[in-house]
Amino acid sequence: MSETILLSARGISKSFGGLKALADVSFDVYQGEIYGIIGPNGSGKTTLVNCITGFIRSDDGEVFFRDEEITGWPAHKIARIGITRTFQIMRPYYSLPAFKNLIIPLWSPRAKKYGGWRGGGRHGDRDTVAVDILEEIGFERDSRVPYKLAATLPTGYQKRLELARCIALRPDVIFCDEVFSGLSMSEIAGMIPLIEKLKMEGVTLIMIEHRLRELFRVADRVMALNFGEKIAEGDSSEVIEDSRVREAYLGNEGV
Amino acid sequence: MEETRKERIDRGLKVRTEGIYAVSSFEEIAYLVGPRLLLIVGVLLLPLVLELAPYWKRVVNIMCVYALLALAFDFLANYVGLVCLGGALFVGVGGYLAALFNVYLSLPFYLSIPLATVCGAALCTAIILPCLPLRGVYFAIVTLMYPILFSRIFEALNVLGGTNGISGIDSFPSEYLEEYMIIIAMLAALFGMRRLVSQDVGLVLRGVKDNDQSVRASGISLTSMKCLAVFIAALMGCFGGAYMAHLYMWAGLSLFALDFSIIPIAAVVIGGPGTLVGAVVGSFILVPLSEFLRFFGSFRIVIYCALLTGFIVFKSEGLMVYLQRKYHQFERMVKV
Repeated sequence: MSETILLSARGISKSFGGLKALADVSFDVYQGEIYGIIGPNGSGKTTLVNCITGFIRSDDGEVFFRDEEITGWPAHKIARIGITRTFQIMRPYYSLPAFKNLIIPLWSPRAKKYGGWRGGGRHGDRDTVAVDILEEIGFERDSRVPYKLAATLPTGYQKRLELARCIALRPDVIFCDEVFSGLSMSEIAGMIPLIEKLKMEGVTLIMIEHRLRELFRVADRVMALNFGEKIAEGDSSEVIEDSRVREAYLGNEGV
Repeated sequence: MEETRKERIDRGLKVRTEGIYAVSSFEEIAYLVGPRLLLIVGVLLLPLVLELAPYWKRVVNIMCVYALLALAFDFLANYVGLVCLGGALFVGVGGYLAALFNVYLSLPFYLSIPLATVCGAALCTAIILPCLPLRGVYFAIVTLMYPILFSRIFEALNVLGGTNGISGIDSFPSEYLEEYMIIIAMLAALFGMRRLVSQDVGLVLRGVKDNDQSVRASGISLTSMKCLAVFIAALMGCFGGAYMAHLYMWAGLSLFALDFSIIPIAAVVIGGPGTLVGAVVGSFILVPLSEFLRFFGSFRIVIYCALLTGFIVFKSEGLMVYLQRKYHQFERMVKV
């Protein structure tokens, strides 16, 4: 973890009609760290990711990536400069086999630009590359799993596939929108090394989580949101001790 | 009585996934090539066989035009997720452009048809471009509206021949050229599309149908992919239109007729959505059928509708989906 700020959000606000989903949220993410975003249901975590990755337009505020302003860019352009995301509700390409799911990110201009073993060559090498990436993420190459239709995969594998789709783009930043939710303890135990490996490779991760115990194991810094406002930021131990965070999670009487 | 049940077993030709076959004998090669060859040779022989019935040769030509339109519809609807009722738009634009190139610029047919195909496809894509963010039935309605819009404009402003249309277009120098041109174009489009949808580009297009948000998250612009898909489909439709203009030596408002939008859909429903070959087979059934039913006068619509309803109710998966399943599987009765 270095001291260079990679991604910086300033004063992001978003309202849906009368509902204020995000109010003036600002945060910085340093190069190579794992940054956690926590908060109760409906606190605006996913909306924040949607605003930053260009899936919805924020009403106000700016986003900077490597000192370049990317506010209001379309989603595909943001993905091309290296900011990718997974979806909370898994969105694989259901009618394609698992390894063919990765052809789509591998075909994108960003992956093509990198070429080499991950970009795939001109003559269908992408299949090989796709299976390589799947193996890296925990699909056994010689089993039937990578060749099954994505729709028939169990949840654990679909979550991994979401992550694999991001990795195929060779991203600088990955927004992981609840990659642990809906997984069993053993499946989570299998995911954590993947996250740590990505960090070692120099990828910056921003993780939105409800599974706090697992998040705090890997996260360097954590931000807590409640009703669209940032209520705490800092080390995981600091955040969990914060009275406003406790109030948000446990209610008034708990404090 | 002993109870039995039907057991279905896949033939062991496919390896792990679609599109990879392990072929180890001539029998297996014949098994794979057979149906494809049957279609190709059968269609190529049609004009020769129909020497006996010249009227039906025309029907074969029209059948191939509809097959092209049905292919375009099947590709857009079942592979890219755009339910496009713009068949009439493609035919109309292609036909009128071919007429303009041929009559006003006096280009020969071998230049006017390719030019009309490419320019027409570009024009259609440009027209549809603003509505590409629309999905499902909204996109369908907008694309259905365009051909009506065009024919009304031509009628009201009396441009491009108005209601009389543009006549005096060159016909083809020989009858065989006329027939084989459209047949070969149709076969090329069929096998080209089949190849395209399994290529990497095709997979991206299928991704657009399955999950457009994931495609955006992968750094691929949805608009450009949809444009590409509409352009490819419009190429097929505009070729059909340009060909028809030369075939009838006339381009008129009937090129914007709704038949070109609706019959391809019926053909795809009958043939089997998402199989591509089903689109061709469907139009090979529907178009001759509607010609044949002409003998019944106005009663033909009733028979036509009854048949369509029958297909939708009893074989809603479509003919080719059903046949392909039967072809690729063994069936046998086993004891329970």
